[in-house]
Amino acid sequence: MIALKPPRLAAPEKKMLSIKSWSKGRARAGVLHLPGFPHPIETPALLITTRKGLPYFTPPDHLHSLPSPDSTLLQFSPLHFWEVISLSAISNVGGLHKLVSLQDHIFAAVPRDDVASVPEYQSTNKIGASFETPCGRCLLKPTEYMEMISAMKPNIWATLADEVPAWVSEKRNKASIERTIRWLDDCVGTRSADTTGGAVFGSVVGGSRIEGRQLCAQEVAKRSVSGYWIGGFGLGETVEERSALLNAVTDNLPKEKPRHISGLGLPEEVLQGVAAGVDLFDSMYIYHLTLGGFALIFPLDGTRHDADHLISDCNSDGTKINLKAISYRKDKSPIVACCKCFTCQHHTKGYINHLFNVHEMLAQTLLEIHNTHHFLGFFRSIREAINAGKFEEFRQNFVERRRDNLMATALCA
Amino acid sequence: NCSMALQFEILGRFNRARAARLTLPHYVCQTPLFMPVGTQGTIKGLTNTQLEEIGCQIILGNTYHLELRPTSELIDEFGGLHKFMNWPRAMLTDSGGFQMVSLLHLADITENGVTFQSPVDGKPMLLTPEESIQIQNRIGADIIMALDDVVKTTITGPRIEEAMHRTLRWIDRCIAAHKRPHEQNLFGIVQGGLDPVLRDLCVRGLVDRDLPGYAIGGLAGGEDKDSFWRVVAQCTAALPENKPRYVMGVGYPLDIVVCSALGADMYDCVYPTRTARFGTALVPEGVLKLKHQAMTSDTRPIDPTCECMVCKNYTRAYIHCLVTKDAMGSQLVSYHNLFYMMKLSRNLHSSIVEGRFPEFVCEFLQKMFPKGNVPEWVCNAMEVAGIDISSCCSSFLSQESNITDIRESREDDPALVYRAKEDAGADISSCCSSFLSQQSNISDITEDGPEMVCRAEDVRVDTSFCS
Ligand SMILES: [Zn+2]
Ligand SMILES: [Zn+2]
Repeated sequence: MIALKPPRLAAPEKKMLSIKSWSKGRARAGVLHLPGFPHPIETPALLITTRKGLPYFTPPDHLHSLPSPDSTLLQFSPLHFWEVISLSAISNVGGLHKLVSLQDHIFAAVPRDDVASVPEYQSTNKIGASFETPCGRCLLKPTEYMEMISAMKPNIWATLADEVPAWVSEKRNKASIERTIRWLDDCVGTRSADTTGGAVFGSVVGGSRIEGRQLCAQEVAKRSVSGYWIGGFGLGETVEERSALLNAVTDNLPKEKPRHISGLGLPEEVLQGVAAGVDLFDSMYIYHLTLGGFALIFPLDGTRHDADHLISDCNSDGTKINLKAISYRKDKSPIVACCKCFTCQHHTKGYINHLFNVHEMLAQTLLEIHNTHHFLGFFRSIREAINAGKFEEFRQNFVERRRDNLMATALCA
Repeated sequence: NCSMALQFEILGRFNRARAARLTLPHYVCQTPLFMPVGTQGTIKGLTNTQLEEIGCQIILGNTYHLELRPTSELIDEFGGLHKFMNWPRAMLTDSGGFQMVSLLHLADITENGVTFQSPVDGKPMLLTPEESIQIQNRIGADIIMALDDVVKTTITGPRIEEAMHRTLRWIDRCIAAHKRPHEQNLFGIVQGGLDPVLRDLCVRGLVDRDLPGYAIGGLAGGEDKDSFWRVVAQCTAALPENKPRYVMGVGYPLDIVVCSALGADMYDCVYPTRTARFGTALVPEGVLKLKHQAMTSDTRPIDPTCECMVCKNYTRAYIHCLVTKDAMGSQLVSYHNLFYMMKLSRNLHSSIVEGRFPEFVCEFLQKMFPKGNVPEWVCNAMEVAGIDISSCCSSFLSQESNITDIRESREDDPALVYRAKEDAGADISSCCSSFLSQQSNISDITEDGPEMVCRAEDVRVDTSFCS
C-alpha cells in the first residue's frame, strides 16, 4: 500500500465542490476538492461502506485494484468502535487513517449504517441519539460523538442527527428536526479546529413531510458548514413521494456545497437521488447483495440493446444474478465478460458458486470486489451522462430496461 | 518401478537435515516447506494473489470434501483443481480416507476399502484405493496420496499390525489404479503406529515400490511428543535420501523445526488458519492471544519483527477489535500466520543451504524458551539430529519442563504466551481434522451474526472473550 502523508485539515469556509455541469434538471456533476489529496474526486460519487474503517470482505491490499481515485472515498460509522477500542488508542496512533493504514483515503463519518449502527428513534431522546449496535444499544450525546470525531479525525463528518422513519407522527418529526438542528450547533460549537479539522456536513432531516424537509434544510443552510448530509431516507418512505422530499431539501440548500445522502442504494434510488441534486452516496446495498450471493451485471453505458441477452436468463432481473443458483455450477465464464475487476479477471461463476455452496469466505471477498468495482463504474457512467447532457435519457433507459427485464423474468418464471 | 513427475535435488545438508529443490509439474518448491490446508479449494478468505505474496508453494485440498462438493467430475470439467480455483502453483490432495474415518461415526475399514454412510442420503458407500486414486486423478493435484488404513496412534494391539499390512496391500492397488503417473506423483504413507518393528516393515515395503515420495502417517494424533519424534527419526533414517519426506498433520512451528532437523521435508496442518479464527497469532515467542484485554491499547504490530502486510499496517489494538467479530479479523490474522509459517520454511531452507542451521535452531529455541526451558523431547531429538543446542538449553529446567507444561506470560505482555498450551500437543487431534475448521466456518459466514457479531450481553461481561 502506498502511504501518503496524512491529509491536511479542511477549513470549513473553503470551497469543497466545483460544479462542472448541470443536467436539464437538478442533477449536477462536479469535483470534490479535499486538502491534501492530489486527486480530486468526481461527483456524483459512491462512498465505499466499511466496517471499522476497512471494507467488509475486500482485503485492504486489494483496494488499490479498484478504480482510482473513485475507490478512495470511504464511509464509516464512529459507532463501530464503541466499546471495542478506546478512543485514546485511536488518537494515540493518530486517528482512523493511521489505525487502518489508509492514509491516502478519504473517510467520511456518518453515525448510521443500517447494519451495525441502526438508528433507534424510539429510544432517542433530548439528550442524544440512540443506535442499535452489535455491542448493545448506545445513546450517543453530541459531546461524546465529538470526542469520537476528535479521536478519529475523519476528512468529512456529518453532525449527529435524530433520524426517524417515514411513519412517525407530526410531533415526533418536529422533535427530530429541532434536535437535529440543536445537535448541529452543539457539534459545531464543541469542535475545536486543532482536534477535528475535517469538513463538517450539517445534517438535514424532516421525515416524509415536505414542509419539515424544507424547514430543516432552510435552518441548516443558515449554518456555517462545508456541506450537507441528508438523513432519514431509505427509512420507509415510498418511491413516489421520495423525489418531492429530496427536491424539498436540495432546493433549499446552497448549490455550491456538496450533498451527501445515506440509505439510497438500489441503482434506481441512486438515479433518483442524483436527479434531485445529491452528490455523494453511501448505503449497505453492496453489502446486502454480496451476502445474498448477488452479482451486479447491468450494462454500464446506459444503452438498451446490451441487456437483450439477459432476457433469456431467468436468474436475472436485468441488474443482477444470484451466483448461488445451481445454473452457474458449470459456468466457466466470469461474472461480466468485459469487467476489469480482480474477480472477473481471475475467477469463474462456477468457482464462486462452489464457494457459496461450501460457505467459504472467499465467496464474499470475490463478490464484494466485483460489486464494488461495478457500482463505481455505474457512478462513472452517471457522471459521463451528466457531462454529456444526457442524464435524463440515461436514467430513463436504465429504468425502462429494468422494467423490460422484470417482465421477461415474470414471463419465463 | 514407478514413474514420477518430480525432481528432488538436495541443495544443502546439516547432518540429517536437508534443504532441497522440489520440482513439481506446477511449481518449483524449496524445502523444508509448510503446506497450508485449503480444504474446499480456498484458504480462509485469502485471494490467490495474497497466497502467492505470502509465499505459499503448495496448497492442500481434501479429496473427501472436494468429492462431496463440487465433485471431482465437475473439477475435471473445469480442467482440474488448478484451473477451477485458478491456482498456478503446486497442489496436493489427500486420499480421503483419513477424513472419513475421523469425521464419520459409521466409517468402517474392510479389505475392500473404507465403508461409510453417505452424508447426503445416509446410504452405505465404499471408498476403495482404486476410487480414491481415480478421484485424485480427476482433481489433478501435483501430489496425490495413497489410501491407507488409518488407526489412532493411541490404539495398541493387533489392529495396528493389520493396518500396516493392509496399507502395504493397498499401495499396490493404488499404483495399479494411477492413470496419470507422468503428471501426478503418488506418495505412499508409512503406517505402523508407535511400534518400531511395524514402522520398519512398512517403510521397507514402500521403499521397494520406488514411489516418487513418502509420507509418515498416523502421527499428530495425540501421542506423546517423545514417541512422535522417535517415529519421525526412525522413518526419515530408513527412507531413501533422494525422495521427499512428508510428515502428515504437523503444523506447530516447534514440531516443524524438530522434524526438519531429523530430515523431513514437507508438512501440513490447519493449525495456523484455525487458530487465527480464534484470534491467536503465531509469533517467534510462541503465540499472541489477540482477544486478550491487554491488546485494547497495544499499538505495536502483532510481531514487530514480521514484514507481512498485516504487521506493516495494523496495530494489535485494531486487530483486537476485529478478531472473532468481523470477517476481516480472521482474514488478517490468517494472512499473518501463514506468512509466519512460510517465513519459517524459508528460514529453514536458507539456514541449511548457508551452513548455519544449528545457529538458526538455537535462535528459534531461545526466542520460544527464553529461560532455557527447552522441553526434554526437543533436546533428545536434537541430540539424535546432531544439533548442539546446549547454548539455549538449561539442563536443569529441561528436565522439569518434561513433567509440567510450562506456560507463562510476561508482565508487560500478558497476551503473549511462550509455547502455548496447544503448542505442547494437548489439542492436536482436533486441529488436524480440517473438517472442524470447516464446520465452524459455516456458521461464521452464512449467518453473519452468532459468531462474528458479539452480542451485547457477552460484551458487558467480558469483552476480551466474547465470541
Ligand atoms: Zn468484475
Ligand atoms: Zn505479520
